[in-house]
Amino acid sequence: MSDTIPGVSMDRLVARQQQLPEPSQRDVVFDVDDLGVTYSGKPALKDVNLEIYRNFVTAFIGPSGCGKSTFIRCFNHMNALIPGARIHGTIHYHGTDLYGSEVDPVEVRKRIGMVFQKPNPFPKSIYDNVAFGPRVLGMTDDLDGRVERALEQAALLDEVKDRLKASALSLSGGQQQRLCIARCLAVEPEVILMDEPASALDPIATTRIEDLMHELKQDYTIVVVTHNMQQAARVADMTAFFSVERGEEGHRTGVLVEYDATPKIFTQPSDSRTEDYVTGRFG
Amino acid sequence: MSVTTLRAERPRGRTSSALFKAFLYVSIGVGIATLGTLLVTVVAKGWRYVDLVLFFEPPSADPQIAGARPAILATIYLGLLLIAFSVPIGVGTAIYLEEYANRDRWYNRMLEVNIQNLAAVPSIVYGILGLAFLVRGLGLGRVLLAGAMILTLVVLPTVIIAAREAIRAVPDSIRQGAYALGATKWQVIWRQVLPGATPGIATGSILALSRALGETAPLLLVGALTYVSFDPTILGDFTALPVQIYQWVARPQEDFRILAASGIIVLLAILLTLNAFAIWIRNRYQRKW
Repeated sequence: MSDTIPGVSMDRLVARQQQLPEPSQRDVVFDVDDLGVTYSGKPALKDVNLEIYRNFVTAFIGPSGCGKSTFIRCFNHMNALIPGARIHGTIHYHGTDLYGSEVDPVEVRKRIGMVFQKPNPFPKSIYDNVAFGPRVLGMTDDLDGRVERALEQAALLDEVKDRLKASALSLSGGQQQRLCIARCLAVEPEVILMDEPASALDPIATTRIEDLMHELKQDYTIVVVTHNMQQAARVADMTAFFSVERGEEGHRTGVLVEYDATPKIFTQPSDSRTEDYVTGRFG
Repeated sequence: MSVTTLRAERPRGRTSSALFKAFLYVSIGVGIATLGTLLVTVVAKGWRYVDLVLFFEPPSADPQIAGARPAILATIYLGLLLIAFSVPIGVGTAIYLEEYANRDRWYNRMLEVNIQNLAAVPSIVYGILGLAFLVRGLGLGRVLLAGAMILTLVVLPTVIIAAREAIRAVPDSIRQGAYALGATKWQVIWRQVLPGATPGIATGSILALSRALGETAPLLLVGALTYVSFDPTILGDFTALPVQIYQWVARPQEDFRILAASGIIVLLAILLTLNAFAIWIRNRYQRKW
């Protein structure tokens, strides 16, 4: 099984894997234990156990409805905004229970940023979009420098530096998504959650976002949901495969099938469901 | 297959389509004709009395020197007070219902149904409430402030409904984007939702204002006088433009009817300007998310 998925060089995949630290030297950012999510009492995701490591890109893949987007939204309390959503189990963030009673969702979201599926720039200028986070968090000293650095890190500065006052809505879709990444970087989070960040973009814009993930993982920990397997294979160090289980009455619940180093998931998956999915027999 | 099969074989469909179109033209024609007739007759009749006397003189028993100065001023005061009262209360209610209220709670659902119903209550009923509660109950007396408060109640449901729609039109992705950056609920509302909803709120408020300024019945009940010859104050006796028009129309002399027509021209001009302003705001700030 040397080239399981078209368009991905397995040699490069394995070479990249060798640069990763040994399991004993990995720094755990999130420790997820028996996590489950229910919407109005119906389970959407259950029994998830995994660890997410610092400066890794971790990808969640799987068919529609497998709960991968639901899962990524647990890390920054975004599910709390959905009425009827309940979370069971625990997520520890550097040893602190993310859902402990004394934890403030606002503090969590300062440290754990998020980029959404569809670019969602605010209907303001490019500058004001990036400055929004620092402004609401009171990080307003050297705001110009902060905005500039964020745009630079998101590889957008050269394209927009002459028109920072222009509306963010005048940018192309790919530029808008990089603006959303810059907006997220401007508040200096530790983790960046990306929920299918390239699914609304064309292939060139997608490549730029993927390149960006490679660069950003030097400084950040990245968790990315994608339905695109080649993308997971190209960007992720670790990959988690989720699948759908049909409960009684045909209710669909997402489960974690397998979590391992990306080359292993794509070349020697230990679960037959993973193999069926990555080889294109299912999904 | 020959070309002939493409020919219409069911002329019936075309007839009903033509009938429907005709019905639409008639409907719009009725509306335009009514407004046109009103404008033409009123302008033809009252134009010669739209002069400085009308704007700058108090009413008088002599139609030649009678003006509507106190009424015009009072209408302006009423409008300003109305905006000052109804916009904060209306927008506040809309924010609560859209951003905070839990729809599963019975009292929130009751509140919603109530507001919808209040929008349909005839304004004279509000007038009776004003007379009983504001003028007598609170002992406010028959003053301009009581008139402004009762007009506020008349338009509040409209303002709330318009503001709710404007707030709902702000996409959730904007709220989520702001939350994800660590904004608090208040910051999300104040810095993203309200700026996004402002054009809609402004349009709705102006339309409500123009409706209120044309109201006569509730003002008569809370004690707008038909004859006021001095400039109004907030806590004093008052009249309003529609009330003044009503008073002139009721007079037997022909000259006062002409004066009434000129008053209608001024009122219509104010209302049409406000409506045009609302449309301008809507087009100017139309958002494309």
